[in-house]
Amino acid sequence: MRRRLLLLKGLVWFLGLAPAVWLLWRGFTDRLGVNPIEEVLHRLGDTALIALLVVLSITPIRRLTGWNSLAPLRRPVGLFAFFYLTMHFLWYAAVDQTLDLEFIIEDIMERPYILAGFTAWLLLIPLAVTSTRGWIRRLGKNWRRIHRLVYVATGLGVLHFFWQVKADTYWPIVATTVLAVLMLLRFRWRRVRTRGPLPAVDPRG
Amino acid sequence: MLIRKPDDISSSEITPERVYINRRDFIGKSAGIALGGATGGALIGGAVGAALVGRPGRATAQASPGGQRDWSSVRSEMGEELTPYEDVTSYNNFYEFGTQKEDPVRNAHTLQPRPWTIEVGGMCANPGVYGLEDFIQPGTMEDRVYRMRCVEAWSMVIPWYGFALKDVIDRAEPLGSAGFIEFKTLYDPAQMPGQRGRVLDWPYVEGLRLDEAQHPLTILATGVYGRDLPNQNGAPIRLVVPWKYGFKGIKSIVSMTFTEEMPWNSWNRQASNEYGFYANVNPEVNHPRWSQARERRLGEFRRRETLLFNGYLDQVAGLYAGLDLRVNY
Repeated sequence: MRRRLLLLKGLVWFLGLAPAVWLLWRGFTDRLGVNPIEEVLHRLGDTALIALLVVLSITPIRRLTGWNSLAPLRRPVGLFAFFYLTMHFLWYAAVDQTLDLEFIIEDIMERPYILAGFTAWLLLIPLAVTSTRGWIRRLGKNWRRIHRLVYVATGLGVLHFFWQVKADTYWPIVATTVLAVLMLLRFRWRRVRTRGPLPAVDPRG
Repeated sequence: MLIRKPDDISSSEITPERVYINRRDFIGKSAGIALGGATGGALIGGAVGAALVGRPGRATAQASPGGQRDWSSVRSEMGEELTPYEDVTSYNNFYEFGTQKEDPVRNAHTLQPRPWTIEVGGMCANPGVYGLEDFIQPGTMEDRVYRMRCVEAWSMVIPWYGFALKDVIDRAEPLGSAGFIEFKTLYDPAQMPGQRGRVLDWPYVEGLRLDEAQHPLTILATGVYGRDLPNQNGAPIRLVVPWKYGFKGIKSIVSMTFTEEMPWNSWNRQASNEYGFYANVNPEVNHPRWSQARERRLGEFRRRETLLFNGYLDQVAGLYAGLDLRVNY
């Protein structure tokens, strides 16, 4: 049991670091294309959103398959999501906008899709901070409540993605569909408790 | 050496010294490698406010001798460096071949730019269907270095090879009632796989007011960097209107129709609150979803300020006297 968890965690770390290593390799070997700043920005954003959708799918997969050993993966996957989202924001602010505060503030205030993405990042900050054992213990029942913000943040992330495309909405529609299916499963399980409550799992893993 | 001097040059538009000096440098470099019918390079800057490079010549669909030329010292009339050929031809918005910038260079090999026909019609005294060679016959071919500002807030500096659109308008003899020209791109999903999906309402349509179309800066390009247009850049012939956002530059044109009504261009149809008919580059009028105040010149790190009418203010402001540019975006 312990071994399997270790293996799964190793896999999460491998998959979590791979996008960053891939971008670094492309950067150092000049493979980022004609508009490298935009390319890195978009790939960091994609990765953050995918990681958020993966976090939200862990519990449904657990319910459907009974693999309760997946539960401890939520923390590392969630932290990777936060890492990529933070990198996405820092890249936008420091590289794309070269820290020109006037323009960054204008963007956040006046462009709904940037406000949505920025809000998602802000919402995830307390979740990342309270992901440690100490905070889980201290917050008790409230920990679960606070961490429901991940749904809101993911929803805002999908909106952020949808709002910025010009005409080709294929991938935003895919992301919306995945989120919608995950949410529907949860609502269903909340309403119809035929399967009984979820076995309690220590979120610390 | 032939240096064309259009009648409409005013003394205030004479080649600036910077460009003139650059021209001498350029002649020196290119004289030794001039081939074929070339008479050496000339840079006629300022005729219409943009850098005109190379020899004006007979209209043929052949690429200019500039294909063999050393372009490294060529600059725009503002002294800007050219965007490298590889970048100009591998980062394209041409949804007929996919919606990602890297898609057209990968997918456009299915387009067959020759033979090609162009239909001229609508409100004109001399309509007709032309093969490419016949269509461009009235044109005076020349290299022109223009800034290209995409509505997505990135930009390039590109040496086009082409001729003033006015040259073919004059042959068509538009009627007094003609106020606009509507252009259409080829519609053929077999050659343009992106047209199998419904990302846009095909075929792609663009239009200009007749006076915009007749402006000496407005050109039809058949080449870039002195070579034939690659498919992904709109082979075999495309529109270039340098003071407007890039999407006005309709590619792979098959028809040109004089109309009384304002044409309903594709992006305006797609999202009328975001993309207008005029689409003049304007740092004061933001896209509803992003700022147009600055742009990323590809190859540069820091964004640069976007210029009103993309830097061609002196040449084109007169076209829009009395027009509210915020309403007519």
